Parts: sequence; structure tokens; C-alpha cells
Amino acid sequence: MTALFASAATTIDVPHVDYLSILPMVIMLGGAVVLMVASSLVRRILGVSIGTWVAMATSLAALVAALVQWDHVRTHGPSVTVAGAIAFDGFAVFVQVTVAAAMLLTALVGDGYLKREGVEGPEFHVLAMVSASGAMMMGAANDLIVVFLGLEILSIALYVLAAFNHRRPQSGEGALKYFVLGGFSSAVFVYGIALTYGATGTTNLPQIADFLSRNVVASNGVLLGGMALLLVGFAFKVAAVPFHMWSPDVYEGSPSPVTGFMAAVAKAGAFAALLRVFVSSLVTVRVDWQPVVWMLALLSLVLGAVVALTQRDVKRMMAYSSINHVGFILLGVVAASPRGVSASLYYLFTYTFLVVGTFAVISVMGRPGDTGNRITDYRGLARRQPVMALAFAVLLLGQAGMPFTTGFLAKLEVIEASVADQGYTLAAVAMLSAAVAAFFYLRLAVTMFSPVGMEGDLADVGTAAAPGSANLPPVPVAGPADGVASLQVLTDAPPEAAVAARGRVPVPGLTAVAIGTCVAFSVVFGIFPGPVLDFARQATLLLA
Amino acid sequence: MASSFPYLTVLVLVPAVGAAAVALVPSRRVASWFHEALGLAVTAVTLAVAAAVTVAFKAHDGGYQMVSSHVWATQLGIRWAVGIDGISLFLVLLTAVLFPLTMLGARARRDPRSFVGWMLLLEAACMGSFIALDLILFFLFFELTLVPAYFLIGGWGYARRGYAAIKFFVYTFAGSAFLLVGIVAVAFLHRSQTHVLTFYLPALVHTHVSGTEGVLLFLAFTAAFAVKAPLFPFHTWSPDAYSQAPTAGAVLLVAVLAKLGTYGIIRFDLNLFPQASRTLAPLLLTLAVVGIVYGALVACVQRDLKRLLAYSSLAQIGFIALGTFALNSQGLSGGVLQMVNHGLVVATLFILVGWIYERRRTWQVSSLRGLQSPAPVLAGVFTVAMLASIGVPGLNGFVGEFLILVGTFVAHRWWAVAATAGIIVAAVYLLWAYQQVFHGEPAEEDLGTTDLSTGERLVVAPLIVLIVLLGVFPKPVLDRITPSVDRLVIHVDTVTHTPVPAGLARTQVAAPAKRPSTGGVP
Repeated sequence: MTALFASAATTIDVPHVDYLSILPMVIMLGGAVVLMVASSLVRRILGVSIGTWVAMATSLAALVAALVQWDHVRTHGPSVTVAGAIAFDGFAVFVQVTVAAAMLLTALVGDGYLKREGVEGPEFHVLAMVSASGAMMMGAANDLIVVFLGLEILSIALYVLAAFNHRRPQSGEGALKYFVLGGFSSAVFVYGIALTYGATGTTNLPQIADFLSRNVVASNGVLLGGMALLLVGFAFKVAAVPFHMWSPDVYEGSPSPVTGFMAAVAKAGAFAALLRVFVSSLVTVRVDWQPVVWMLALLSLVLGAVVALTQRDVKRMMAYSSINHVGFILLGVVAASPRGVSASLYYLFTYTFLVVGTFAVISVMGRPGDTGNRITDYRGLARRQPVMALAFAVLLLGQAGMPFTTGFLAKLEVIEASVADQGYTLAAVAMLSAAVAAFFYLRLAVTMFSPVGMEGDLADVGTAAAPGSANLPPVPVAGPADGVASLQVLTDAPPEAAVAARGRVPVPGLTAVAIGTCVAFSVVFGIFPGPVLDFARQATLLLA
Repeated sequence: MASSFPYLTVLVLVPAVGAAAVALVPSRRVASWFHEALGLAVTAVTLAVAAAVTVAFKAHDGGYQMVSSHVWATQLGIRWAVGIDGISLFLVLLTAVLFPLTMLGARARRDPRSFVGWMLLLEAACMGSFIALDLILFFLFFELTLVPAYFLIGGWGYARRGYAAIKFFVYTFAGSAFLLVGIVAVAFLHRSQTHVLTFYLPALVHTHVSGTEGVLLFLAFTAAFAVKAPLFPFHTWSPDAYSQAPTAGAVLLVAVLAKLGTYGIIRFDLNLFPQASRTLAPLLLTLAVVGIVYGALVACVQRDLKRLLAYSSLAQIGFIALGTFALNSQGLSGGVLQMVNHGLVVATLFILVGWIYERRRTWQVSSLRGLQSPAPVLAGVFTVAMLASIGVPGLNGFVGEFLILVGTFVAHRWWAVAATAGIIVAAVYLLWAYQQVFHGEPAEEDLGTTDLSTGERLVVAPLIVLIVLLGVFPKPVLDRITPSVDRLVIHVDTVTHTPVPAGLARTQVAAPAKRPSTGGVP
């Protein structure tokens, strides 16, 4: 028997595992498992707070681990491990940091949301951590199979999270849509992997690059098909037009903290893998895929910005706004250069803070049952809660790309990458779309700063038909009416009764910390951009 | 030592810090006048700093002075680079003068704290735009002006303010989209030639730009500036924005923000793309002349005083562009001077119209009549500002227009001839409006119109003094503008291989400076 075992042991070649390279995702997954097991071992239902603290501690530990990784990569250079399936380079570490930071902020925001909605148990945090570990795996994946593994770990947990508030019918509807379409896109993705394998004989990314650089694929239909299907899979995950159909419904239906998490983490993971697969592995055939990504970017930029204009629901508006951001990040992908990669990474990192912060405010403003998501619900916020209104305004202006926020620098980075690659048209379209996008961010900002009952901005149009309006009394629209006399002056006093009816929304302490962190990050690193830019510039890919 | 003190950086920081202070002090804790007083104090300090800059400015040096340049973001090649020359000096001064006067003369009807905060932020952004020597820094400030301007129009404007604010914002933001791409493209062009990524204007002017590239980049830059100015046919946002904005917003939009557009053309288009500027000058001159004539004609049929002023501004901005694209010393000097002149005159007119509105709740020319007898001082001040706008000798408008027309006539005769027609029409609509509003038999409600209070008189007094002073004695101003303009003209001529008319420049600029003093007010 022992002889048999010994011979078996000699035939199985156990690959060397550099545990440091996978430490953040192991910590993240470990935290999730510990929390899950603990909740099943204790008699009573674990409180939300315990889950929050475990998730925060885990995310912090993952963040620290990622910083240790960074130090290691800086001194020892990039390497591959686990039989070449995991890349251990600056790029991977950057993604780990992004995801860990997003997870930390989401844990803070989720706490207040869960308590307000009366959802018990630690499952929210468990699922979020599992999902985050999937995104981390996608960032470090050096093999198409591992990319797929990460994608599924990320997605399956997200499907459940999207449906987490089972008291809301929209939540279930959105999650089902997400699940069906997501499952479909995963299947497409796997088929893409199969075709790519068929064309190149390997799923390992450096080996694919190596194969393509040495061989000219005579009949490259299989490779083209494989690339196309891979691209569809990624485009679905990042919600690039025309694979964006799910995102407005899912963004609207999901609990707001989950939406923020989805916008930050799912995009970070999917873009990381997209960049690694296309910009480093398939770079030799970039003439084949660049036009397609160019088109995806163009459509996302234009459609995201334009359709967001027509939205009356803040979360749907943010869904389209995030589609517009996807277009910007794709600019860095189209450039297919180290500069483009670092620009996209910088964009993802700064966007994480902007979008999680934005959804933290939306989450608070949603009131119990997520009923306060119409644009008109933000009316007069500046008067009721000036600090939160100011914070939200900063986040919105950051997303619009206003100077002295990280949002501007992120846009400048991708525009530079695009112009360096002679992509003037796309750069100009991107900036024009930013002009359109700025319009709806500002409209929301102005709504907050205009008193209840003050007429004159566009936020009022068509609100009566907005979903969810049945739950609340209609917004009183008094004051000097538009167009009655073009020379009428503003009245000073808004109807105080209307203000009182809406009242202040309570801001949970931890959520306030998250919002404050996001605002501080966006402003401080918008004014002193050095450290984060350095970080992104040095986060280079293994092969690039 | 004067040069070591970072005057210019302080010029931006004072209003910016003031804005933050206003935002951070809650209204509940302090007296209701606190924020307005604080805002006034901050703008007064800014004015003092601007005055110090003017005193420290060396008149005969045409280059950038008081330059301070620090690396801001190494990775991006962005510098905090500020400097001032004769072209920007008086725009900075104009900004510094107009903000406190506007704050005094056009106070907010509600929520003074936010109002003052946005005003101070706007002042910081305008100052920053005028002194920035780094293209990205300029762009940052240029964009930053939009936010406070948007909130001022949208928050304190009149009935259709929402529409006007959004139209204003989207037009200007769309224009800047091309500007940013253009800026990045110039920097990369420069990098491909020198392997240094920088946005520092004095470095970028040495970039070799080929013909086609130059034309495209020129158009990209000019798109932003033409919308901001606005030049015909990019002006459609301006009548709405100017008429719906609160008085303070309208004054600053027309008097200061509009100058960002014309200033941008002179500072960046001419410096970076001299060849394209010369190639496309006929196009821009034509647009300018069309703007002058069209603006004047449309102003003739306006029944609303604010819209009338908006279209008259379109014509005035056309004059500035005309002088600029004459591309010679007289034309450009006149253009720069006219920016200051127009700022002073139009600010006075908008403030006065705002006061008329406060008294009568209308801007309609037809519902006002004979205000002269109940409000003689108001009528008198209006007369001076209006005559300056028409360009009557002895007031500041004449000097600028004269230089512009001389410069244009030398370079492009027929455009100058066509533009002169605009001056005549300007006289027609302004005098007609004046006649309607101030002359005639006052109706009963007109008789109740009160005259300017002492406070209001104190607000317009400095403006009127400056209008007259610049009219009779523009020499100190021109002495400081001309060296920088000459430098720019030489740069353009050198790059485009046009012989420099050395003697011509000096003699002709000095001449009109004396002439108006013999004119006098009719």
C-alpha cells in the first residue's frame, strides 16, 4: 500500500505555490468561511455588527497583505506561481488593493443599510467577501481557466447579493435578470476560452502570447471567434454597450450598497482580466480586436451619457453613468499600451471611491424600503443636511470630471493614453460625452441646493410617472411657476410643510465614515495626485 | 524683495480660502450680515493684492513677470506655473475691481452665504485662468469657472434660470472638450520633438506645428474660446444666460468670464499656432464682423434691456476678435484694451439695469418712460456708460475701438469698413433705448422710481471714474499692454516669416493715446 502511495506521489507533480501571491484572496475567502462557520455554530442569529467587524478586519488584513505584496514585487520583480496560473506582478497587486478598499467601504455602508432594513445575519458580508475574492483572483489570473474561476466566484455571490433584500420585488426581478443573462454570458465566455485554446493550444496567457508572437495563424477564424466570445463575456461583466441591457434594472433593483459594490468590484475584476488577456496576451493581434473595442467604447460613451439624461431614478441614472465611465476605461484598453493600462487602472481605482461613496449617499437617502430614489427626493437636501449634500456634490462633480478631483485626473489619464495612440476621434467623443454627463450630475446637484417648492430646474419633468411614487405623497410644486411671467422674482420661503414632510434622514456613523473617506480621497488625491499616480504607473503587467 | 513674494499665487489663494471659510462657517452661529461682510473683505484683500501686483509690474518688460513655477504632478508633467504680462495684468485688475463692486451692488435675494461662497470661488477660478502659464492648470481653472457660474445662474436667476444655466453649462463644457484634447495633443507633439512631457506654455511655444496639425489644433482650441467669449455663431447660449442670470451673475459672465474666451485666443491660439492663426484669420475676421453687424441689428429689435445688452456684448466681443486677428500691434493692443473697457462699461450697464429692475420689476423698454425726472443721477450715470459703449471720444470705448479699427484697416481694409457700420448701428439702438427709458413724459408708476441711493452711487462711482480716466488718459495702460503685445506680434511674424514692421508699431500706438484727450464729452 505504501509503495503504491509513494509511486502515486512521484507521478503527481505538485506545483510550487508562492503563498504571498495569493494571500489577499486567501484572507478574503478565509474571512468569509470563518464568518459563515461561526454563524452556523452559535445558537442565536449573529448580529449584523459582528459580520461588519469581521468583514472590516478581513478587508484591512487583505489590504495590508496587498501592501506587503507590493513591497515584494517592487524588490523582487514580477513572477508567476502555481504552475503559471497566477501572476504576481504590480498589476495584480493594484487590483487586490482596489478590491480590498472597495470591500472595506462596502462593509461600512452595508452595516447601516442592513440595520435599517432589518436584515439579520452575516450572510451579506459573507457573500460580499466571497465575491471580492473572485475579483481579486481575476486580477491575478494568468490563465484563462483561472479567469473563468474568478469570474464565476465573483458573479455567483453577486447574483445572490442582488436579490438580498427579498422584501423588495424589484430586487428579485433584477437579480433574476442578472442571473439568467450572467449565466448566458459565462457560457459564451467559456466557449471563447475553448476556441482560443483550439487556436493556440494553451489557456495560459503568457504561452498564448508566446505562441502568437512566434506563429502566424494562417486561418485565424477560430482565434477571431474565440477573441470575440471572450470580449462578449467581458463586455457583459463590465456592462459595455451593447451588452449593458441588464445593468439599469439590476442597479435599480439591488440594495444600494450592493450596487456600489457591483459598480466598483465587478468592474475592477472584469477590467483587470480584460486588460491582462487582451493587452498583454493578445497584443500581437491587436489590429483584430482594437476596432471592436473602439466601437464598444464609442457606444458606451455616447449611449451611457445620453440615456442617463432621461432617467428620473437616481440609481438608474447612475447605471447609465457607469456605462459612460466604462467607455472611458475602455479608452485605455483601446490604446493597448502600458500607458493605457496604467490609465485604466488609475481610473478604476479612483472610480471605486467615487462610486462607492455615491452609492453610500444613495443608500442613506433611500430611506427604509429604498423608496427615496427619485431625483426629486433630493430636493432641498442642502437645507436639511448641508454636510451630506456637500459631500454628495463633491462626489458627483468628481464623477463629472471636475478639476481638483481625482475624476478629472482619471479622465486626463485615459485621454492622454488615447491621444498618445493617435485616438483623437475617440478622445474628442469621450470629452463631449463628459459634457453631456456633467449635465445630469449637475442637475442632481442643483436639485439638492434648490429649496423644496422652488421651480425652474428640469428635475420636475415627468416625476409623476416615476416608479415608486405611489409610496410617497407627490412633491408639492409651488412657487413662481415656470413661464407664467418671464420676469418674476424668486420667492424666499419654501413651503416649510413640505420640508417637514420629508425630514432629515438618519446617517449611520459607519456610513458617514465611508462617505467621508471617499470624499477625502477624491479631493486630496485630486489636488495632490502624486502618490496614487505613481502607484498606478508602477503597476505594470508581467509582459507589457 | 517684491519678486520673491508669490503675489500671483496669493491672488488665487485669497478668494479660494475665503470661499472655504464662507462655506465652513454655518449661518446659524453668526449674524446675518457676516458672510457678506466676510466676502467683501476677501474681495477687498484680493483687490489690494492685485493693486500690489500692478505696482510691482515692470512697465517696459513684455515677457512674463512674477513667474512662479513648481512641479505639481511629475507623472503628468503638470506644473503650478503662474505669471503675468501686459495682456493679463489689466484683466486681473478688472476682475479684482469688479468682484467687490458687484457684491455690493447686486446682493443676493436669498441665502447670502452660498451666494458669497460661489462668488469667491468664481473669483479664484477667474484669477487662476488669467495667470496660469501651464495649459492644464489653465484648463483646470477654465473649467472650474463653470461650476460657480452654473450655481449662480441656476440658484439665484430669474424664471427660466434652469434652462439658461444648463444651456450655458452644456455649451461651454462641450467647447472645452475639444480644448482638453487639443492641449494633450500639443503636449504630445512637443514630447515627440523633445522627449519632454510638459504643459508649460513658454516651452510649448517652440513646438513645431505643421500646417494641417496647426489648423486642426487651432480649431480645437478656438472651439472652447469661441463658445466662452461668445463669438458668432456660438453665441446662442448667451442671451438666455445673461438675461436669466441674477445681476451679479450677468455682470461677471459678461464682464469677466467672456474675457476668458478672448484672452484664451490671444494667449494660447496666437502663441501656439501662429501659422494657423494667420491662415485662418480671414475666417475669424469674418465671424467677428458678422457678429458685430448681427449683434447690433438684433439688439435693435430687443424689447428687453438685458437681452439688448447681451446682443450689444456680442458685437463688442466681435470688435475684440477683430482687433486680435488683425495680428498687428495696434489691433491687438486695442483688443486687449477693449476687453478691459468692455468689462467696465458692460458691468456698469448691467448693474444699472439690475437697479432699474429692483425698482420697477421689469426690463421691458416699453414699460419704462421718462425716468430722467424722478431719477436724474441714474440717468446721468447711464448716459456716461452708454456713450462709452457707443465709443464716444473722451470715454474709454473710443480708444479701444479706434486702435482696433486702425489695426484692422492696415491689415484687412474691407473688414474694418464693414465693422464701422456696426458702430453706427450701436449708436442707434443704445440711443433709442435710452430715449425710450429716460426721456418722455413719465407715467404715474415711473414717477415713483427712486434715484440712486448713496450706497449705489458709491458703487458706480469707481466704474465711472475708470471709464472717464481710461478715455482721457489711457497711456499708462497702453504702455504696459504694448510691450507684451509687440512681443506676441513678433513671435507670430517670426514663425510665419512675415517681415516685422518695426517702426510702425510704436509710433501709431502712441498717437491715439493722446488724441482723445483733446476730444471731450459731447
